[in-house]
Amino acid sequence: MSTIRLLAIASLAFVGAATLSTTGCSNTSAAAVKPEKDRKVAPDFTLKDANGNLVKLSDYRGKVVLLNFWATWCGPCKIEIPWFIDFQQQYRDRDFAILGVSFDDDGWKSVKPYIEQKKINYRVMIGTEELSTLYGGIDSLPTTFLIDRTGRVAKMHMGLVGKDEYQSEIQDLLNGKQPAKAGSLLSPGRFAFIRAE
Amino acid sequence: MITAKAGAELSAKIVAQLKPGYHCNSDKPSDEYLIPLKLTWTPAPLEVAGIVYPKPQMEKYTFSEKPLSVYTGDFEIVTRFKVPATAHLGPAVLSGKLRYQACTDRMCLPPKTVDVSLPITVVK
Repeated sequence: MSTIRLLAIASLAFVGAATLSTTGCSNTSAAAVKPEKDRKVAPDFTLKDANGNLVKLSDYRGKVVLLNFWATWCGPCKIEIPWFIDFQQQYRDRDFAILGVSFDDDGWKSVKPYIEQKKINYRVMIGTEELSTLYGGIDSLPTTFLIDRTGRVAKMHMGLVGKDEYQSEIQDLLNGKQPAKAGSLLSPGRFAFIRAE
Repeated sequence: MITAKAGAELSAKIVAQLKPGYHCNSDKPSDEYLIPLKLTWTPAPLEVAGIVYPKPQMEKYTFSEKPLSVYTGDFEIVTRFKVPATAHLGPAVLSGKLRYQACTDRMCLPPKTVDVSLPITVVK
């Protein structure tokens, strides 16, 4: 019998993941969100959601955004999704939004049934190579960015993270300082709520 | 270079090795959404008589409610080829693709397809 050897078939992507881990992401239960002065602007993008409506990240300025890159074939991603559904419900009146970006090769064919089956209550889009590149190359899933009200990345997580950790970071950002011009982006009712804090 | 006799059968073994801590789904994953390990060959110049995947392990992970059908560490996939009696004599290269998708307990890598090739010489 002849033999073909394929050694270390996960190694290339693993090297990529290790490289990213040096750029400030976390897959442990470390620390809180980055100080404001260290945050960089989250790259803007426009994609269509499952209903065909355009989703533009910069339209969410004034809100805290949890941007989650995932796929239906990713087991650890599926642990987080019910948490995100809870967060979306829990914080929906506090200028918070979750955006899910799937990297399924077959796009909506796999993703739409999954959205319906799991009753995902936040907007989901299909990712592109270009988007992945904008965000430094998404080498592993789940990868999640927490974006503050000014549109800056306050935290990046690679891999499965605890629900409590996410919850704590979301609350930190929701309770954080408001951007100077946030009022102009919000409805009058919500602006009044913020001023009351 | 492998010698393949026209009208006979031959087997080729692919040895795969996953890094410690990684697993990939077996050829028959436990969940419809999971991506199976799959080996495919370009049919010519030999015919594929069968592909034998190893027996999977049933492993429980942090992210899974029930054990998953996976491969870890080193494993082998055997392909049995039939050499047609009418096969063109002389050197040739068998080309195939191995598709897999690997994860750790906390994260997954995108599905990947790698090329495999096996140089042969068909003789009478």
